[in-house]
This record gives sequence, structure tokens and C-alpha cells, in this order.
Amino acid sequence: MGLWIMAGVTFREAARKKVLWMALAAGLAFLALFTTGLHYQIRDLAARRMNPILLKQVPGAMLMVGLYAIDLLTVVMTVLVAVDTLSGEISSGTIQAIATKPLPRYQIVLGKWLGFIVMMTAYLGLLVGGINAITYVMAHVTARNVGQGFALMWLESVLLLSVTLFFGTHYSTLTNGVLALGLVGLAFLGGWIEQIGAVTNTPSAVNVGIVASLIMPSEALWRRAANDMQSPLANVINFSPFSSVSLPSSAMVMYAGLYTALALVFAIRRFSKRDL
Amino acid sequence: MTQANETAVRQSAERARAPAPDLAIATYGLRKVFGDKVAVRGLTLEVPRGEVFGFLGPNGAGKSTSVKMLLGLVSPSRGQAIVLGQPAGDVRTRAKIGFLPEHFRFYDWLTGAELLRLHGQLYGMSRSGLRQKILELLELVRLTQHADKNLRDFSKGMLQRIGLAQALLNDPELIFLDEPTSGLDPGGRRVVRDIIKAQRERGATVLLNSHLLSEVEVTCDRVAFIKHGEVIETRELKNLLEEQTTVRVRAANLTAEMAAGVQKWASGVSLEDHQLTFTVSSREVLPQVLRYLVAGCADVYEFTPQHLSLEDRFLEIVGSDGGL
Repeated sequence: MGLWIMAGVTFREAARKKVLWMALAAGLAFLALFTTGLHYQIRDLAARRMNPILLKQVPGAMLMVGLYAIDLLTVVMTVLVAVDTLSGEISSGTIQAIATKPLPRYQIVLGKWLGFIVMMTAYLGLLVGGINAITYVMAHVTARNVGQGFALMWLESVLLLSVTLFFGTHYSTLTNGVLALGLVGLAFLGGWIEQIGAVTNTPSAVNVGIVASLIMPSEALWRRAANDMQSPLANVINFSPFSSVSLPSSAMVMYAGLYTALALVFAIRRFSKRDL
Repeated sequence: MTQANETAVRQSAERARAPAPDLAIATYGLRKVFGDKVAVRGLTLEVPRGEVFGFLGPNGAGKSTSVKMLLGLVSPSRGQAIVLGQPAGDVRTRAKIGFLPEHFRFYDWLTGAELLRLHGQLYGMSRSGLRQKILELLELVRLTQHADKNLRDFSKGMLQRIGLAQALLNDPELIFLDEPTSGLDPGGRRVVRDIIKAQRERGATVLLNSHLLSEVEVTCDRVAFIKHGEVIETRELKNLLEEQTTVRVRAANLTAEMAAGVQKWASGVSLEDHQLTFTVSSREVLPQVLRYLVAGCADVYEFTPQHLSLEDRFLEIVGSDGGL
């Protein structure tokens, strides 16, 4: 019961503090911008009487760029919304009035986690669904394996959410934010080092990328999602921003899932034991 | 440690191991260390049910940390604490406890009524019962007209009062009030005093942690003096304030022999001009002293027992050198 109350409070807090509405407005502005760009692109390509296959590839590439932006936007939003939730409430003492109520501490963490997941899922669903609907209506193009790609992007945000909550039980809000976003940056850089290493056939560089993915597998999840979603033709073109020369394996996806679960378990464990 | 203290600690330890039903709180050698700082050295304490118990001590004496250990917010480094018959922090026991933290802060985007509803839900209260209780409590803390105002627009005193209301939602058996009158104006302090009295009449136990000794003086049954994270003395407040009364007598015909005779009942006797001052350990002897003076042909114009405040007692017992 306490778990659902905490989930509800977390959701209501985002709505009441206008974070939810601002994020939604940013998402809609993003979709509007994408629609405008796609409109001019299609009009220009049609005027040039291009090859019909190529005509589909360009909106498809724009769709992938859009999905990449959505992925980044959702990850950053998730970290920013969740960064203060435990650390801030611990440092301000707000948590004391809750933690002395008859609910186990794990329900506080899990409730907040669920509240953020509901928000993030709705946000990601709206943007991924919206952008695919736009490209379908305007260019009869959608991403391949949207469900699978969505699941991987969703897991990436859940991963960052769990890691942010874990850091929140240890560190102040600022340190938590620096660490969480720092890890996202590390994974991004590691992913590119791995791709460049694969193209230039440099195994050591590939290994550096893999180690970075083991430290934070978020970018690996995106690259896997991108590979699943983009057209086979685009996948053949090595070294495009979204084709993976060195494709993250299913084991890496499972590792990311395990990483997420462990981050949540350790967040609960730490919060249950620490002094408040 | 004196032999009497050792006996008290041993008895308390035995009771803590086999919690007595008449005790709301029993702790034995409760200790908390943060890094190399000892916050609470060894708290041994018994608070009977139905009592308003004052927790007094200088800043940094370990009062708030002790309260947090009793609530399960902070784990003790050593020792044992039994609250309402269960180990401190027990989840089910928390349903019978109310707590007002020292600086009550909560989600400032909630309204006063929403805050109470949320806490009532966390206590597992039914919707209909909660609705009625919220109205009663808002009335009690005089915030009915601010029920729909966001907490961010509340003054410090209003926040303290809504915090007190949330501590009373579940009609708790045990209430921890950590500096409940901090930030309150005289009217607000009066409200808190009346609430504490009403809770005692209801049969609840109240542990009051306050710097305002005048508040403690008018509300508490017993007090514990804490220094350096240890209870140095626990006393019934009535006895504490009545013992050691200093009396000032203004009279004509006072003699040195008469003053020496007063020593039979009193100590610290001094005679200067027409003024005699002495201290008695019980007020019951005062009529005898007065009769003795009159029988000795002193013309008594004034016979005034001086009231010693809790602050005087506090400084006497704890000293003025502060805490840790």
C-alpha cells in the first residue's frame, strides 16, 4: 500500500512542480520541429524526382536522428527529475516524517522508482509513438522493430533511473547528478571509441569501448536499439551514426538488465540501512 | 559511576531485555558514534506510559540523535532500545507513534490538507475516518482557513503547527515532539501546551525535547537531564522544583542567636541588617520556622519563599559549559 502511495506522490510532485508539463512541452516542441524539418525535406526531395528507394531512406535517416534525440532527451530528463528525490529529501530532513510512518523503507525507494517509471514510460511512449506516426503519415516510413527498440530505449532510462537512485542514497544531489550524467558521457565516448576501433580494426580500442560499456551500458543499449530500428540498407553502410560495426551482444543487453536490477537492489539496501 | 547508578543501569538493562508493559520507552546503554564523534555515550532511560517526559540538555548533548534512535531513523552503534514493547524502529509499532521532527519540512507543493491526507494514508487510515480527523486537527492547530494553501506559503509557525497535526493523525500512544514550539509565537506556544495536556489526558505518552525550559516546566511530569550523551539525572518535575527553596525574611528584632536556631531546619543561613536568608530542602518546614521566629519576638514584615525556576535547576545540574 505504502509503495503505491509513494509512487502516486512522486508522480504528483512532478506534475505539481510543472516538471512533467515542461518536459511534455519540450517533447511537443521537438515533434513540431521534426515535423517542420521533415515537411521541407520531403517537399524538396519530391521536387527533385529522386529514386523512390532513396526517397524512403532520407525520412528513415531523419527518423533515426529523431529517435536518437528522443533517447538522449529521455535519459537526461530521467536523471534530472530523479536526481534530487532521495539525496535532497535526506539532506533537508523531509524524509524523516515519511520514514517514521508504518511502511518499510524499501517501499519508499521502490514507490519512487515506480512513479518515475510511469512518467518516463509515458514520455518515451508519446515521443517514440509520435515521431513514428509523423513519419508514417508524411512519408509512409516507420522504424523497424519499434517494440523491440522501444524496450531497449526504455531499459536505458530505467538503468539510469536506478543508478541515480543508488547514488542518491549515498551522495548529495549535486554529486549524484555529476556522477550519473558523467557515466552517460563516459558510455557515449566509449561507444564511439569502440565503433572507430572496429572500423580501423584496432582491437584495443574496441576493448576500451567494451570496458566503458561494462562500466555504464546505456550507450550499448541505444546502439542495439538503433540497429534493430533502422533500415537494413542503412545498417549496411558502416560508420553511419547509427550503424554498429561492433554490435553490442545480447549478453550485453542482459548485463544491462542485471546492472539495473542490482542498482535498484543496492539503492534499497543502502537506504534501508543508512541513518536518516 | 556510583553504586546506586550501577544498580539503576543493571535494573534498566534487565527490563530492556524483558520489556515491561508499563514502559513506553526503555533504553539500555544506547550509544551512537559518527566517525570519531560520540553523539550519544550511553543512554539509559525509562519512560512510563502516560507520562509527559522532558528531555533536557545543552546543544549537542545528543538529544535529537537519541530521539532518532528511538524512532529507528538512526541505528545505534551499541545498546538496546525498546519502544512500546518492541525494538525501536519496528514497522508495525510505528503505527502507534507520532513524530514532529525538529525542523519540520515537507513537500512544499502540497496544501495543508493534502499533507495530512498523505500522512493519514501512510498510517493506513480509512478515507472517511481520515476526512473527519483532518478537519478536527486543522481546527485544533488553528489552520482551518489555511487548509487549501500550499505549504510554501506557510510561515514557520504554521509549518510547525501543521507538522504537529500530522504527528497526531493516528491518535498515537507515543508522541515524540522535537522542539515543538520553535518558531511559534506566544499564541502558538499556548496551542502546543494545550495539545500536550490533552494528549496526557487521553493517556498518551509524550517525549518532549525542548530548549524552552518554561514550556517543559508547565507541561512535563518528569525530566531527564542529558549531558555529553548520557542521562545525568532523571527527576519528577514537581519534586525537583519544590525542593531546595530559598526564603527571604524581612523582620525587626532579628538576632544572631535566632539565626543560629534556624539552622535546625535550614542551611545557608545569613543575617544582614533586618534581612534573614536561608534555604530549606522541604517547604513543609516553613511554618515551623516562621513560628520559631515569631516566638523569638521577631517582628516579621515579609516571609518570602523564592521560586527556583527549571532554568536555575538546569544550570545547577547540567552546568553552563554547554554540551559536547
